[in-house]
Parts: sequence; C-alpha cells; structure tokens
Amino acid sequence: MHMADALLSPTVGAAMWAVSAGGVALGSARLCRERDDRLAPLMGVLGGFLFAAQMINFSIPGTGSSGHLTGGLLLAILLGPSAAFLTVASVLMIQAFFFADGGLLALGCNIFNLGMIPALLVYPLCYRRLIGSAPGRRREVAVTMFSALLAMQLGALCVVLETAASGISALPLDKFLLLMQPIHLVIGLVEGAVTLAVVSFLRKARPELLTRGSAPGAVPGRVVLASFLVCAVLVAGGLSRFASENPDGLEWSVAKVAGATSLSEHRTGLGGFLAALQKKTARFPEYQAVPAAVPGSASASATTAPQASTVAGKGSAVAGIVGTVVTVLLVTGAAFVLRRSNRAAVAPEA
Amino acid sequence: MASVHGALLDLKRLDQLAAGDTAVHRLDPRAKVLATLVFIVCVVSFGRYELSALIPFFIFPVCLIAAGRLPAGYLAAKVALVAPFAIAVGICNPLFDRTVLVHLGTLDITGGWLSFASIVVRTALTVAAALTLTALTGFTSICRALVRLGMPKAFAMQLLFLYRYLFVLAEEGGRASRARELRSFGRKGSGLASYASLLGHLLLRTWQRAERMHMAMLARGYTGTFPAAQVGRFGAREVAFVLFWSALFIILRLYNGAELLGTLVTGYLP
Repeated sequence: MHMADALLSPTVGAAMWAVSAGGVALGSARLCRERDDRLAPLMGVLGGFLFAAQMINFSIPGTGSSGHLTGGLLLAILLGPSAAFLTVASVLMIQAFFFADGGLLALGCNIFNLGMIPALLVYPLCYRRLIGSAPGRRREVAVTMFSALLAMQLGALCVVLETAASGISALPLDKFLLLMQPIHLVIGLVEGAVTLAVVSFLRKARPELLTRGSAPGAVPGRVVLASFLVCAVLVAGGLSRFASENPDGLEWSVAKVAGATSLSEHRTGLGGFLAALQKKTARFPEYQAVPAAVPGSASASATTAPQASTVAGKGSAVAGIVGTVVTVLLVTGAAFVLRRSNRAAVAPEA
Repeated sequence: MASVHGALLDLKRLDQLAAGDTAVHRLDPRAKVLATLVFIVCVVSFGRYELSALIPFFIFPVCLIAAGRLPAGYLAAKVALVAPFAIAVGICNPLFDRTVLVHLGTLDITGGWLSFASIVVRTALTVAAALTLTALTGFTSICRALVRLGMPKAFAMQLLFLYRYLFVLAEEGGRASRARELRSFGRKGSGLASYASLLGHLLLRTWQRAERMHMAMLARGYTGTFPAAQVGRFGAREVAFVLFWSALFIILRLYNGAELLGTLVTGYLP
C-alpha cells in the first residue's frame, strides 16, 4: 500500500511531507532527550530486521495467498512510539531511494500512513490504553488484533483520501474505499496474527525485551492528540488551498455538473496565473492543447460546438504526437552525443 | 522483490554505481537532491490529462544517466518493474472516465486513457529521477546532504546505521528464509507457526548483535555522531547545475515543449 508519486498532486504531497517532517523532528527531539545511546544501534539493526522481515512470506492456510509483516505495531511494542516511528520512516526512505517503492514526493504520505499511524497514533492511544499493565492471554489477543486492524484500516483510508484529494486517478471515492478497506481488513488480520505470534515468542524466550516499550518515556496521549490536531489543520489548509487554486480536481467535477459555464472566473491563484501565462505565450492559439485547456472547456465546447472541438482537438493531437516523437528523438540524440563525448574524454586518459 | 537475496543484489548493484567518478558524480550531493526535487514537483504539478508536455522532461534522467555513464538498460528495467500500485490504480481511469477528449481521425481517445497514459509517464519520470539520484550520489551522501538541508541529526544517525547493517541483516534473513524453504514441502511448513518463530529468532539475533555493536562502538570512542569523511562544497558548478535544471524544468512546465516542436514541424507541412 505504498502511495506512488504519479498519483499525487504536489499540494497533497507537500502537505504530507510537512506533517511527516514534523513527526520526524518530534521523534528525533524525544530520542535526544532520552539519552539512551544503546538505542541508536538497536534502532538501526531493527530497521534492517524489518527490511528483511517484510520480504519473507508465509502462506495463509486455505487461501493460496501469502502474507508478511509490516511491522509498525511490533516495533512500537518493542521500542516505544518515537523510536519505532523513526525506524519505520528510515526503512521507507531506503525503499524509496533504492527500490523506488512509492517515490520521493510520496515519501511523506508513506511515512504518515505506515509509520505515524501505527506507532504514534494507534499504539499510544489504543494499544497502550487497552492492554493494561499485566494483560491476560485473551486480552492480549483481542487488543493486538484490534490495534493491528485499526492501524491498517486507517492507513488504507489515508491512501484513499490522499489519492482522492490529488485528483489524478479517476476512481470514484466510494468505489476506491470499497476496494481498499476489505483488502486491508485481511491484511490487518494477518498483521495482528504475526505481531501476536512474534510477541508471544519473545515473551517465552526473552521477556525482559518487552518492557522497553512500556517504559515511562512513552509519549503522553495529550501530546499525540495535540500534534495530530496540528497535522489535521495543516492538511486541511493545504487541501483547501489546492481546491481553490487547481482547476483540475474539484472544479473539474463541479464544471462537469454545472456544464462549465463559469470556469474561467474560478481560475485564480497559481492555476489561474499559469493558465493566463499559457494563453499569453501560446504561439499558435488555434493549435492549443486540449490538455492545456483542461476538460472543463473541452466538454463545454463539446456541448455547444462539437464541430469546432473536433477540429481543434485534431490539430492539437497531431501537433502533440509529432512533437512527442521529435522530442523523443532529440532526447535520445542528446544521450548518444553525451555518451560519445564522455567516452572520447575518457579514451585519451586510458 | 520476492526473495531477500535478489533484493540485496539489486541494492548492492545500485550502491556500487555511486562509486563512479564522473563530473556528475563529483557534484555536491545537495545540488543533485535539490534539482531532483524541483524536477519531481514540476512533473507532478501537471494536470491529469497532460501527456505531451511531460515527454520533454525525460531529458533530465537521460542526460544524467548518459553523463554519469550509468547502465541505462538496468535502470530502465528497474523502472519497468516498480510502481505496480500506480498502474493498478491508474488502469481504473479508462473505466470511469469515458469523456472523449481527443479525436484523431476516426479514433476517439477518452479522458480515461489519456490520464492513464499520463500516470504511466509520470511514474516512469519520477522513478527514473529517484533511481538516478541514488545511483549518482550514494545513500550516505544523500543523508549528509539532507542533514545540511535541515534533517534532524538523530534521524540521519538512524538512516546511516540502518544502511550500514541492512546488508548484514538482510543476508541473515535471506539465509533463514532459504533454510525454511529447503525444509518445507511446497506450502507445508511455511505457515504462520514456523514464520513467527523464524522472525522471533531473527529478532533475538538482531538484538544481540545490537548489544555487541554498542559495546564495540563504545570501546572505539563512540560519542553519538559519525565523523564525516569529506565535506563537499557548494561552489559555482553546483549553483550552475541547480539553476540550469530548475530554469529548464520551469520553462518546460510553462510551455509545452513537445507541442511547440510539433506545431513547428506540422506548420511547414501542407
């Protein structure tokens, strides 16, 4: 459930980056205050452990599919919330840089969905509250399963919301929710079962390891709640700015409903500025791109003057395709020239 | 990325590419990080139906790959392999968005297909840029660059530790996983019970390793930070690099380069 750059708008990506960067700063500050220098190498190797564990699968009986650990909750139980959050964030960063899982802009979203939600939200507010000081077996099972489910459901919900707010995918919100939430119900069950099994194993083998997470250094609930409130305001602010600036997402659907009568009036802010600039600088206005004029106007002209839209659409499409081919040729040519000159520069030395 | 060993080989290969010594390798990492960020923001800021204007952006990864003498085929294969999520979500676009936007002769192209193609191109661009950055810079240098750009030190320490021990632990995990595969017949023996005890043992060994490491580090005078090997300089070359690419990206964001070229060509045709 890694988000991808391609589905994100810059506003949503930047807002989530800000939220995650805030979380990283908060977590780092808390760790510095704890001054436990055993923690640094421990977090490092546990990150490596998480990386390896995410790639080892087990088969789920009766289904033919397989599952694996995601690990946010397990690490929070072992290390406490802030250390667990930083560890998960670092693993996500390695995956973004080396395997391009997600991507650099989507890193903020992924750190939030997979790190912040289980470690900084679900663990202190749900798991720690419910588990008590000396839980019985049945209570531990119930609380762990519930927490893992909750973390997965919230993570999936955030993926859906971030995708919908970006407006790149055309998948309707309700259909996407119906697709994601049941899948992550299953994934959450698997996660809960694995977390429970590993914790039980550790309790038998080395029970003293399980005391660290419940150390008094854990983040108090009020701080977490306050920081999430700040995050919510940040995101809401970012999203509403997006809604007023960018004509592609919300206004596009509005324009579809209203027949795109007053789209041009809505074009304010950065989007409007860019559009105006594009209009001013278009050298061949009759060939102007359909994509640049955005579907609102395209559908408007389709309803009022289909003839004109066909002509304009044809012209710009041909120009676009020819231009694309020429650009690809130019780029390839540039690459060859660069390689050649590079080789020529190296050859005399060798 | 199913097997641990495969992923590890992949990681090592990408890491080794960063040891190259070309002009782009030698640039200060901060310059490359900044240029890549501007690139990604410019690429994703296009509207959802934009396609032709995205194509000129390939000039950035292609130039860097060529100038850094990176193996283009290997990177292209990596780009093709990743981001199944984006493709899986994007493929729904043609189903839900059936407004015809482009007429090409008798061929009508719906907005859904256009935006799906746009998503695929975006994925290729952003993934290629990220991988190129890693291959040209190396993860350690990227971390140092990010610290100098404002990332908290504690998180940088975590990243450096993780990167240092990732290979060791992934190999250990891979060995354990292979041993389990060899001992289990098909799906029998690969269930949750053995998985949990495998992970548990791996976790215990990890923990013990951390304790040994900590003692060894203390014995060698660990004070809480890693000494940096070399300090880069953000000189004129770096400024020129960032300015040139940022200006190019912004120009390409404002003007549709491919279409201008296309109109130039088609304009002279009868």
